[in-house]
Amino acid sequence: MLDSAPDVTAETLLEVNNIEVIYNHVILVLKGVSLSVPKCGITALLGGNGAGKTTTLKAISNLLHSERGEVTKGSVKYKGEVVQDLDPAKLVKKGVIQVMEGRHCFGHLTVEENLLTGAYTRGDGKAAIEADLEMVYNYFPRLRERRRSQAGYTSGGEQQMCAIGRALMSRPETILLDEPSMGLAPQLVEQIFEIVKAVNEGEGVSFLLAEQNTNVALRFAHYGYILESGRVVMDGPAAELRENPDVKEFYLGMGDDGRKSFRDVRSYRRRKRWLS
Amino acid sequence: MEILNKIFVAPFADMIAAPDFLMQVLWEGLVSGVLYALIALGFVLIFRSSRIFNFAQGIMVVFAALTLVGLHEMGVPAWIAVALTLAVMFGLAVSIERIVLRPLVGQPDIILFMATIGITLFLIGFGEIIFGGENKLMITSELGIPTGDFVLEPFGGLLILQHIDITAVLVAAALVVSLLVFLNKTRMGRAIRALGDDHQAALSVGISLQTIWVLVWFIAGIIALVTGIAWGSRAGVSFALEVIAYKALPVLMLGGLESITGAIIGGLMIGMLEKMFEIYWGAPLLGGNTESWFAYVLALVVLLFRPQGLFGEKIIERV
Repeated sequence: MLDSAPDVTAETLLEVNNIEVIYNHVILVLKGVSLSVPKCGITALLGGNGAGKTTTLKAISNLLHSERGEVTKGSVKYKGEVVQDLDPAKLVKKGVIQVMEGRHCFGHLTVEENLLTGAYTRGDGKAAIEADLEMVYNYFPRLRERRRSQAGYTSGGEQQMCAIGRALMSRPETILLDEPSMGLAPQLVEQIFEIVKAVNEGEGVSFLLAEQNTNVALRFAHYGYILESGRVVMDGPAAELRENPDVKEFYLGMGDDGRKSFRDVRSYRRRKRWLS
Repeated sequence: MEILNKIFVAPFADMIAAPDFLMQVLWEGLVSGVLYALIALGFVLIFRSSRIFNFAQGIMVVFAALTLVGLHEMGVPAWIAVALTLAVMFGLAVSIERIVLRPLVGQPDIILFMATIGITLFLIGFGEIIFGGENKLMITSELGIPTGDFVLEPFGGLLILQHIDITAVLVAAALVVSLLVFLNKTRMGRAIRALGDDHQAALSVGISLQTIWVLVWFIAGIIALVTGIAWGSRAGVSFALEVIAYKALPVLMLGGLESITGAIIGGLMIGMLEKMFEIYWGAPLLGGNTESWFAYVLALVVLLFRPQGLFGEKIIERV
């Protein structure tokens, strides 16, 4: 399960180049984030609250506009093409879809109707959509049982499945998955990640995964980026990050007390240099 | 004692004594109720998909009817005038989305509400400039709507059903049924309902707000035209119709802002109750003319006890 090593030479799908995001013209949230997502990989974006994970994902999917945020510097390229001013619908057609933090199912629609809205941008006919509905139900058997219930009345785990399934219905190449573990029991988190892995391997869908649960994310991802107050402070293959002493200390809770983030490390090293 | 008798006994005695007259009253109420319901339906659709309380819905009814009659006066054949009016309503939907809604996206609700008041006043002025302000006759017979009446004799009494009214009720029912099918069974309909639930999520799956908004405003325009024809056939076409169109407001209070069922049932209830109140209580006790305010008082009473309206959509909140 752990190190089904990705083909690192694989084609890069998504390339984020040094982007800066400002909300409401004044609040600087991302201060130059760069990352790339390879084809068929699971890339994790890690960091604490307010690090800028969600903003990064929304900058890519262009959902920032409705929240008065904008990308002021840098570029977002998908397959070499600049996509940062496309509206979200066009991006979905290109194969990039976001699953938002907190699920956001359509509460008054049934689970099946929710899934069908995912196919909104598709024009390839009823039969293909039916087939994909079947595919989603095979990955999420639980959803098949609940297909006729209003999504608002299903459990948190079911809603998360519904949201991921809905995204799958658009036949995406890349899913931007924001905080799938939020508010779920550890067992369910495990189950959701297993399914993400299965979808990644079975359908060849790439994932960019924002997650606070560093432990789980690094077990399932191939590559990881660590964000801290709007900057990437570290990146590397997931296996390496897992073994890195700083990551262990700050994000996996396996170190001594005192140092809580990379900022502290830097000042600590600087001070040492002065002394010597 | 006399007053209690007049409130609690006499009206019901009258109803039982003349059941044919009661049926006539209910029928008249039903017909206006259907039209109230249609206008309210336009409100509900727009409110659900964009959280905009569209004050202009009432005036759209007048505007649509006026355009139809105006075009016919200019010599356009009736059915072509209907098609052209639909085109005008579509153009209206597109321009409202472009000029008013798109720049105001994300602004507080009250600003959008003010914007729809602006649209209302603009439509009144614009309509008067182009088609004039005088009362016009609806082109009922030119549209092939039958104008006779059926005379029935239930319980040995007399019940007159105007063909226009029957047509209005049937067309309205057909419109509502097709709208429900559209909303529940088609891709676009699902998108409209999805948008009503969660804007952000709708955006994220690639539903385009602009397309959906134009669509719902256009549907509201179609509804406005149908209502306008039906009402114009009974009362003539002029801006005085807008007073009737505002009856949709108490209907919404009663039925709930978000519920299609609520709009329909609320409309029918208000239509029938206000007619009954006028005939059996208003005229003998208060000297009549209660129809102009009864609906609003009823809505107020409902609001006191059920602020979300009788059928307001329950907010699904998991604990």
